[in-house]
Amino acid sequence: MLRFILSKFMFMLLSLFLLVSATFLLMNAIPGSPLQSEKATSEAVQKNLEAYYGLDKPLYVQYGTYLKNLLQGDMGISMKKKFQSVDKMIANSFGPSLRLGLTAVVTSVVVGCVLGMIAAMHHRKLLDNLAMIIAVIGMAIPSLVMAPLMQYYLAFKWGIFEVAGLDKPMDYVLPTIALASGPIAFIARLLRSTMIEVLNADFIKTAKSKGLSGYVIVVRHALRNSMLPVVTYLGYLTAGIITGSVVIEKIFAIPGIGKYFVQSVIDRDYPLIMGITIFYAVILMVTRFLADVAYVLVDPRMRAGGKGAK
Amino acid sequence: MKENFKKPVQFMLVLLIAFSMLLAACSSDNNKPAPSNNGGANGNNGGETKAPQEFRFTLASEPPSLDPALMTDAQSSIVAAGLYEGLTRLNTKGEPENALAKEIKHSEDGKTYTITLRDDAKWSNGDPVTAHDFEYAWKRSLNPETASEYAYMLFYLENGEKYNSGEGTADEVGVKATDDHTLEVKLYTPAPYFPSLLAHYTYLPVHEGTVEGKPEWAAEANTIVSNGPFLLKQWVHADKLVLEKNPDYYNKDAINFDKVTISLVEDENTVYQLFETNKIDWIGAQAGSVPTDLTKKLIDEGKAEVTAVASTYYYLFNNNKVPFNNAKVRKAFSMSIDRQSLIDNVAQANQQPAFGLVPPSIAGPEGKMFREAFPDSYFQENTEEAKKLLEEGLSELGLTAFPEVTLLYNTSEGHKKLAEAVVDMWRKSLGVEVKLANQEWGTFLESRKAGQFDIARSGWGADINHPINFTYDLIHPKSGNNDGKYNNPKVEQLLDGSLVAESAEESMKMMAEAEKIAISEDMGVLPAYYYTTVTMVKEGFEGVISDYAGHLDWVHGSKK
Repeated sequence: MLRFILSKFMFMLLSLFLLVSATFLLMNAIPGSPLQSEKATSEAVQKNLEAYYGLDKPLYVQYGTYLKNLLQGDMGISMKKKFQSVDKMIANSFGPSLRLGLTAVVTSVVVGCVLGMIAAMHHRKLLDNLAMIIAVIGMAIPSLVMAPLMQYYLAFKWGIFEVAGLDKPMDYVLPTIALASGPIAFIARLLRSTMIEVLNADFIKTAKSKGLSGYVIVVRHALRNSMLPVVTYLGYLTAGIITGSVVIEKIFAIPGIGKYFVQSVIDRDYPLIMGITIFYAVILMVTRFLADVAYVLVDPRMRAGGKGAK
Repeated sequence: MKENFKKPVQFMLVLLIAFSMLLAACSSDNNKPAPSNNGGANGNNGGETKAPQEFRFTLASEPPSLDPALMTDAQSSIVAAGLYEGLTRLNTKGEPENALAKEIKHSEDGKTYTITLRDDAKWSNGDPVTAHDFEYAWKRSLNPETASEYAYMLFYLENGEKYNSGEGTADEVGVKATDDHTLEVKLYTPAPYFPSLLAHYTYLPVHEGTVEGKPEWAAEANTIVSNGPFLLKQWVHADKLVLEKNPDYYNKDAINFDKVTISLVEDENTVYQLFETNKIDWIGAQAGSVPTDLTKKLIDEGKAEVTAVASTYYYLFNNNKVPFNNAKVRKAFSMSIDRQSLIDNVAQANQQPAFGLVPPSIAGPEGKMFREAFPDSYFQENTEEAKKLLEEGLSELGLTAFPEVTLLYNTSEGHKKLAEAVVDMWRKSLGVEVKLANQEWGTFLESRKAGQFDIARSGWGADINHPINFTYDLIHPKSGNNDGKYNNPKVEQLLDGSLVAESAEESMKMMAEAEKIAISEDMGVLPAYYYTTVTMVKEGFEGVISDYAGHLDWVHGSKK
């Protein structure tokens, strides 16, 4: 297990380095510059700005400086939001995204699993169809549509929720539904198909014939054995969802991190582009790593396999 | 199977309950730090404001900076108007009035200003505001190491540009505090609008002890030191700013709001719904915008108001490239579009058709508006005439068919719709096919600056309430903003002359003359319309307005 973790870790570092280099080059290759504005300034002003941010130096020098600072944990300051440090901007905006994201992940897993279980247990019956209809609707309506609809009716027209913000527990409801509806549907369908298979497996029949109750069978035996694909998906889902959604954050005016993914590029805010990319990469790698570990924990066969390989 | 049915349902219930408990636990945890941040705002959101007056509005994005030397945009200036006090301030008509200045005198040649300051103004840390603060602030903005983008606003000062380009020293710059309350300013050229310039944020003072060596001083609420009618109490980045009335402000009786809450909300529909659910008191004038598809309805119902803005929407012709190096072709293109129809059907916010460059909300000579003194009747739309001109122009160029040209705009739904409508008008009236291309903002700016276009969209707003913004900046051949490279020595001469003209009236007359030549004779650019802003304000508020430039001016507002 330790060797597995270590090799994964080294691989992560290498990927990160390649990613940093590629992003740095690509970012500088896009036309436009962070210092450009619509109003022409004087040449002197432009020169001063370039000198201030070190953009007057050759690219390899800038790259070297950036790597050196990065290794010392310094991601620099934003070129657009004056004198806000990139690490602070990320840290501040990650909070709301993380809280909302985790709520959405938990909601997706719980609701998705419950729907999937119901569907599997009532395969081809009314409840199955009902659960799958809910799932298909959740999947088919993009959050881009669902969020404003909910906002308009539930918050604006009927006043049940706040239109925007993330101050009270109730404020989490609408953005969570918008974020979770797609994943709920996906998880439900994923779980349903695996569970139908598992429920037909011999060991379930054995369990039934031994007289175990349906509840114990489904939760103890069938659910655990059907969770593998869900766990794999969970890694991607968590990484995607806790790093914020541009659309949902915009609609509900949530001070999250999602907007920076697009805005930093539009602004050509070089330090922020780098910071955001590194941050997202690290989150993605860590969650995938955790998913790998969870995989081993959920599936005893993996553990046995691991030991056998030694 | 039937028997099994009950239990999963129970199990589901248990799960749901557990989950809702988890949610509740989660959220109450999250909410713990919230009361200090949001308690106040929530408490007042109910609308039962009795004694304390609160004003709430939104900005689409966070002010990039609240440091006067580094501000460049509307968002920052809207907030800064409450935080800082300069030597002058623009009144609701856009005219400069003395603020920290008690008296502004200028020499006969208009190049030397002697400004006496009031002696009762204080910084938020208790220090007095002195003339030295202004001298320090202006020289700091000009200091090349400060890397101020708007330093050029201070190039009016003698040797300002020299110092900024690293060739001169700070001592040579034409500003000096001769004592605590007297500021002596030397300009390199007479600028009759200097009192207006003094109201611009680049001319605001800063507190030396706070700023020196700490470039990040204005990035947090607890490190900023200001001198205006309001204090920055809270700045939750990317979320909101809370301002409170400054009890030590010298003119605090003129200030009515006790608290101002600025939330950062990007989405137009969300802003509108916040307004309708009574969470904010104002939309418009760069502080949120009314959703485009509702604009017409809200104006018709009298819920929203349209105010002119000192900005012009126009298309640039590439004056160096066939076929738009020919004035007749340019005229044909400009005369063959129906501006009113564009406004009624596409732009839809009661904009005004533009036949010149200087917008109607810019002040002119002798207390009149510029457009009142010099109407923009420089040409008329006329399809027949346009067709004839196009033919003549093409034969002058030696062309038999109209070459392939492209209209370039920056990616945006609004610009796209307008461009499509204009191209359609050209197709119908002139029988020419113009292609459309769009580029993302940063790329677009680079293409436009490099002259890589045939026709390009452009919009221009004012920094100061003066026609020089739209004449010198846009049609002077040496201006860095003349991206279409329109060049007429006569215009250059007139504009240069306007800077050293004997009187303000004479100066404006020369600018108007230059504008007339550039449009009516040469059609160097294609003016489309003068912008407006659509604003909504909750009942009971007074004195919150959209200023001449279309920025929210809330500082002297009040609530009944």
